[in-house]
Amino acid sequence: MSELSVHHLLGIKYLKETDIQLIFETADHFKEVINRSIKKVPSLRDITIANIFFENSTRTKLSFELAEKRLSADVLNFSASQSSVTKGETLIDTVNNILAMKVDMVVMRHPNPGAGIFLSKHVNAAIINAGDGAHEHPTQALLDSYSIREKLGDVAGKNVLIVGDILHSRVALSNIFALKLQGAQVKVCGPKTLIPKHITSLGVGVVSDLKTGLEWCDVANMLRIQNERLDISYFPTTREYTKQFGVNKELLNSLDKEIVIMHPGPINRGVEITSDVADSKQAIILNQVENGVAIRMAVLYLLASKIK
Amino acid sequence: MSQKILLSSKEIHIILHRLACQLLENHLDFTNTVLIGIQPRGIFVAERLCEILKTKYGVAHIDLGVLDITFYRDDFRRGDKTLEATKTKINFLIEDKNVVLIDDVLYTGRSINAALTALQSFGRPAEVELLTLIDRRFSRHLPIQPNYRGRQVDAIDGEKVKVLWKENDGEDIIYLIKK
Repeated sequence: MSELSVHHLLGIKYLKETDIQLIFETADHFKEVINRSIKKVPSLRDITIANIFFENSTRTKLSFELAEKRLSADVLNFSASQSSVTKGETLIDTVNNILAMKVDMVVMRHPNPGAGIFLSKHVNAAIINAGDGAHEHPTQALLDSYSIREKLGDVAGKNVLIVGDILHSRVALSNIFALKLQGAQVKVCGPKTLIPKHITSLGVGVVSDLKTGLEWCDVANMLRIQNERLDISYFPTTREYTKQFGVNKELLNSLDKEIVIMHPGPINRGVEITSDVADSKQAIILNQVENGVAIRMAVLYLLASKIK
Repeated sequence: MSQKILLSSKEIHIILHRLACQLLENHLDFTNTVLIGIQPRGIFVAERLCEILKTKYGVAHIDLGVLDITFYRDDFRRGDKTLEATKTKINFLIEDKNVVLIDDVLYTGRSINAALTALQSFGRPAEVELLTLIDRRFSRHLPIQPNYRGRQVDAIDGEKVKVLWKENDGEDIIYLIKK
């Protein structure tokens, strides 16, 4: 297969396994490009991309912007806090105004789940979801799987444990979809209050004890406690959370094998993961960041080639 | 659709040896020269030439790279299909080197144009030459000509030149296909 089955990247849920493989193969070539001394290719020189962020972001925004520039696209940056959105403009109006300036693609982060899907039905541009509330964050899941593939050779057949706030995490949901699609086994681990009630309907196991989960897995993806999304108290104290669900060196040393540690960032050092683990050889956190640029270049390239 | 044999295995063999000798005449021991095969089909010509130069003419070392031009092509989004990339592997610097670009068929010249742009990502070469096994006359869209050519062919637009290699397709043979 040489082209994506979709015109937008709204979520992993809408992708096929072959789409993921095509994105990975294309990302391999872009990874070679971004490790050259001259890291730029002219593919998207006639494409204009708007990055519309209604929610804060550091790494995703930088990563997308870098990917766009490495592909020679023209880039428009828009963040809601400095815009007319605060004056009461609707989402469709905001985006249509931007598209009137001849923009071909929109990368959007929005606090409301489904914002990207809504937009894709109402405006004429390729939409890439860079995170929509607690719904999906597809490029993060792609770069996570890509990093596992790079480190362990394959995703199929691997055991992946996702630890932390599963309830509010778009990274968790997208990762579950992506990993299952590629034939990995997934379990989630965290305080009962932060595990969605019907999570097992996605074909995912639940473990309540972190050590049991770590002994089972090949890869542990440590999620951040998203204090900004915790409207009520889901666990007594951060200290208690760390004690039950934080990973530290002693815990990893007590396992009979060396597992891979991942984190989508930003890290709360000393909460879900200690510094000595985050900076150890087992952790591939910075590889994830590097791979993020290659994956986003691949997604942009493949979607742009479908714009006629 | 009909096809006729343009070059047989033996003719290809003779031509490759002649091209190797021409390269040798201009570049002697290849200390300041690198060969770069253009993906996907130019790499077979480049690998064959490299092997002949090493085994028949005792050249001790040749830097051989492969270059993928997909991301530099000028027809992105202009066809129906997504352009699929292949591997690039250039493990040496081309700064101040003499570069010989190698491809199987020279047709419109657009691939070579893209390859010249792509080369700029790897440094500023002293000189760039072009070697093609087949040079299709009367079909150029750009002012690009080879420095070394295997065989010049008169083929009209509806015709296609198909180059097959033993290591990839089972035999060495070149066809001219009429639609």
